[in-house]
Amino acid sequence: MSQFENAILVFLVLTGFMLLASSRLVACIRAVAIQGILLGLLAIAAQDGKLSIVGVLLPLTSAAVKGFLLPWLLIRAMRDADTVREIEPLIGYNLSVIIGAIALGVSLWLGERLPLPKQPASFLLVPAAFFTCLVGLVLLVTRSKAITQVLGYLTLENGVYAFGAAVALDMPILVELGILLDVFVGVFVMGIAIFHISRQFDHIDTDRPVTLSDRVR
Amino acid sequence: MIVLLVLIPALAGAVAFFIGSDPLRRGLLVSSAVVQFALSVVTWMVPPAPALGGWLAEDALGRLFLTLTSLLFLASSFYAVAYLREERDQSHSDVEEGFLFSNAREASFTGCLLLFLAAMTLVTLSQHLALLWVAVEATTLASAPLIYFHRHHRSLEATWKYLLICSVGIALALLGIFFLAVASSSPGTAAVSLVLKDLLSEAPHLNPLWLKAAFVLMLVGYGTKMGLAPFHTWLPDAHSEAPSVASALLSGALLNCAFLGILRIHQICLASGLADFSERLLLVLGLLSMAVAAVFITGQTDYKRMLAYSSVEHMGILAVGVGLGGAGMFGAMLHVINHSLTKVMLFMVAGNLLAVYHTKTTKNVTGALQVLPVSGLLWVLGFLAITGSPPFGPFLSEFTILKAALDQSRFFVAIAYLVLLAIILAGMATPVLGMAQGTPDKDVVVPAGRSVALTAVPATLGGAILLMGIYVPAFLTRTIQEAARLLGQR
Repeated sequence: MSQFENAILVFLVLTGFMLLASSRLVACIRAVAIQGILLGLLAIAAQDGKLSIVGVLLPLTSAAVKGFLLPWLLIRAMRDADTVREIEPLIGYNLSVIIGAIALGVSLWLGERLPLPKQPASFLLVPAAFFTCLVGLVLLVTRSKAITQVLGYLTLENGVYAFGAAVALDMPILVELGILLDVFVGVFVMGIAIFHISRQFDHIDTDRPVTLSDRVR
Repeated sequence: MIVLLVLIPALAGAVAFFIGSDPLRRGLLVSSAVVQFALSVVTWMVPPAPALGGWLAEDALGRLFLTLTSLLFLASSFYAVAYLREERDQSHSDVEEGFLFSNAREASFTGCLLLFLAAMTLVTLSQHLALLWVAVEATTLASAPLIYFHRHHRSLEATWKYLLICSVGIALALLGIFFLAVASSSPGTAAVSLVLKDLLSEAPHLNPLWLKAAFVLMLVGYGTKMGLAPFHTWLPDAHSEAPSVASALLSGALLNCAFLGILRIHQICLASGLADFSERLLLVLGLLSMAVAAVFITGQTDYKRMLAYSSVEHMGILAVGVGLGGAGMFGAMLHVINHSLTKVMLFMVAGNLLAVYHTKTTKNVTGALQVLPVSGLLWVLGFLAITGSPPFGPFLSEFTILKAALDQSRFFVAIAYLVLLAIILAGMATPVLGMAQGTPDKDVVVPAGRSVALTAVPATLGGAILLMGIYVPAFLTRTIQEAARLLGQR
């Protein structure tokens, strides 16, 4: 089982780099969708063969929501907003990837520093989860479009979920569903907001509406 | 009964989306607020049984926050009805840039208000930390449409910032919860559930390294939502762009709920002997928030933003109080009540000023005492109260926190606290007094037939603040003491 988990985690890291390096919005949305599906698999794999119906259904639901429903919503939002399909980052792609490499190093170091009390199935787990969180934060900070910020948020959430899924917490179903619902509604509301932003400003670049700010006088 | 407290506003909110008739929907808003408040008062006399296997229960801390939230919502619902009546016409011209905009549907606004109340109630009653997280995130989602009530680009920008910054913050808090779960699972023992009671009894055996990491993440996450500097950046925008009744609820009720999230993890840190660590962090963030607020209040030209920064300041004061521990904890709990009452009143008065003067710029408002005698007077009194002048409630609680600092001979904290309070007092005095005094412009006219509720509600709150400064009822003191005891005060 551990082989399988390792493979998933490696793929997770690769999708992270894909997000950082890709210049096309659709490709980024796809990368986040793949992450969602990988996480569903990871959550099932982490249960060590003690499969229950709920234990399979819940990750499958989450994979369906994150792998299909949310990407579909985002692609629709992108079409409606009629946005440029380029990412237009605030920093170059090369620099993004270099930051990604540094983030990977930091995550590996953190994984070393914070040993899990119970030996996890894979030593890659903590670093991969941290790395995904960091990629999400980098995307949030360095990408200017509203839709890429949503992708950043989803990636961050995926990193958090990867951690939760892989340490195989016995989270009650109600809570897991609640978390899933929150993420879903969150992205849904953000999608609506993107639609309004595009109507209001004729673009969805969040670095351009700068009316609200405070300067120290 | 606990389930009812959450369900009533949730169902009413869901129904409100589909009610077309204005009077019916407004009636529903007020009546569900009344019922919910009545229920929360009943919990003071008859302690409710825990529900959902102990996930929902009411301890002293929850009771305090719940009743405060319900009370503020009740006051706001009366104000909201009057406010919505004034806002009914289809298009408005923007107060700053003069373009026309329309409002969101009133049904969605009312529905979101009620859902917001349901989510906040769930926060105060959650004993399961992950459920608490779900509820806090739900408050963000329910309140985002409230900020975007006036459909124009500034409110949209504020909504976007609010949604994104708070969601990211809250995602980090979720990571913190997972860390906490890791901290509680050690080799050889069964994993502890994330119910507060179990965690507290297991606290001495928690892995300190992971617990510390969990505390930091949850402090950052809920701190973002609470408006602690340096994570406060969404707060001034959201509070200044939202309609006044929503600003009042955001500032008076929502920030408290996020604070409760921090208090829960702090409780666990205290029980596991990490008090020094968590208290020091809270103290630092608290003083930083006060300092940031002092910088931005001084010279602030927009009076709603000024109130927003004042909220950052008071969240800082709460963090300082909790960080000091001991009597500071009692002061902080008392200050939660005082700050909320005062801030809700101030935002309501600010809404009245905005409706008459059509500007949020401080220097364009003069002679408020002549134009709106009651609101003008409340504005000045509210300013005195919020800056901690006797005989109002906030003076008492701020003084208690100061006394705690002096008793523990933390003179640096005490001096920094006093200096920052003084700067903020001076920074707010000039604009507020300038707005109240002087002669009003000729073209400022008070629209005829404004509802009495628009002044009666803040005036009642003003009375409560005065009362809290002179006499804190015994039952309240008892509950605050009980709450402070939960947080380690012996």
